[in-house]
Amino acid sequence: MKAPSFAYARPQSLGEALALLGKHRDAARVLAGGQSLIPSLNMRLSSPELLVDINGLAELGGIRVQGDVLRIGALARHREIGRSTEVARHAPLLAQAVPHIAHVAIRNAGTLGGSLALADPAAEYPACALALDATLVIAHADGERRVAARDFFKGLYTTALGAQELLIAAEFPLAKPGYRSAFLELARRHGDYAIVGVAAHARADHGRLSDVRFAYFGVGATAVRALRAAAAAEGKAADARTVVAVQAALGEELDPSPDLYHSAAAKLHLARVLTGRALVELAQ
Amino acid sequence: MSRAPATELDTTIVLNGKSVTRRVPARQHLVDFLREEMGLTGSHVGCEHGVCGACTVRVDGEIVRGCLMLAVQADGRRVDTIEGLSDSGELAALQSAFHERNALQCGFCTPGMLMAALDLAENHPDATREQIRAHLSGNYCRCTGYQAIVDAVEAVLEARRQEGKR
Repeated sequence: MKAPSFAYARPQSLGEALALLGKHRDAARVLAGGQSLIPSLNMRLSSPELLVDINGLAELGGIRVQGDVLRIGALARHREIGRSTEVARHAPLLAQAVPHIAHVAIRNAGTLGGSLALADPAAEYPACALALDATLVIAHADGERRVAARDFFKGLYTTALGAQELLIAAEFPLAKPGYRSAFLELARRHGDYAIVGVAAHARADHGRLSDVRFAYFGVGATAVRALRAAAAAEGKAADARTVVAVQAALGEELDPSPDLYHSAAAKLHLARVLTGRALVELAQ
Repeated sequence: MSRAPATELDTTIVLNGKSVTRRVPARQHLVDFLREEMGLTGSHVGCEHGVCGACTVRVDGEIVRGCLMLAVQADGRRVDTIEGLSDSGELAALQSAFHERNALQCGFCTPGMLMAALDLAENHPDATREQIRAHLSGNYCRCTGYQAIVDAVEAVLEARRQEGKR
């Protein structure tokens, strides 16, 4: 199908973009990579009066180390994140996630900020942001505010972002020495939306895990941290006993929603399988 | 210089090496513009929501979904289509390998498939068969069962590697 009619603006500065969002509020949508917004327009699931194309805002690009964080601009494309040596060094979990995001032609256009702001429950980056304790940088007419990833994702496609605000960057704490990441996802076909996936991060010292984080996606309205499962791995080696204990703990806190093809029980089972694999990867 | 929000915009694109300017409705996606305004019907309109890959074109040297980009977003950018890359000879080796190995039947997916395959040949000529499949996973073919397509791409990558060794 074809998109409905809308007006289009290409602001040249952040101030101008925020003024447009302030003026048009809920009638406007931000166009970043467009890889979710344009399909929704083409299928007429969305009919904004105005698209505010932020691709001209140079200040929203770039990947750089800034103090003790890796700051990634909202307009960083997936493929750019996948190719970045800074990301590979300081936030390898993100680099591991990239190949799972759709397909090359989509990864060339889709952006980090777009994915985080859309908050698709099956998307990869929200889980990474939770697992890594990222901070999201949000601009508004009067300045900036920072929101921890754990406070950002509010519900299905719902975030802490106001209609007059713009997500401009995400900051990831630099991976410390001795830490490892694992990113695992199951999909029916390569590039499809996840049935279930896990973003995992932990310190591994001679095979013993600590500061363990698991964040799951494709399991409910938002990506979720599994704190009990992580606690069950704390201080342990990734042996069969630990895997069983972590999988049991996961069943107590993860309550996946079924989708068209998978029951809640199947999703929980698959989440447990991925968790076992993630534990082994983390400890290696 | 920014302008007030508009439903139609003057848009200038370097299309297959030549600059063109048209007044374009904001709602028109790039493939419709290429096909209907410019008569370049090699890029195909399949699913229009980014799944099938038949509309794959190159913008500023990187492949994108032509149905997931507005034509007005191509303003000031370089767009290369299957027509341009055929004429320039960039695709010649892939086209001939596809021909030799029957890697197409109806041909609907072929332009997008060639664009995706060229991206792989240029960026990752060492790709294994498995990686070729992963790279082409965003391009649907309903005729061939993919085997011959993967064979053709593999042959071209192998030839490129041999050339690289000489």
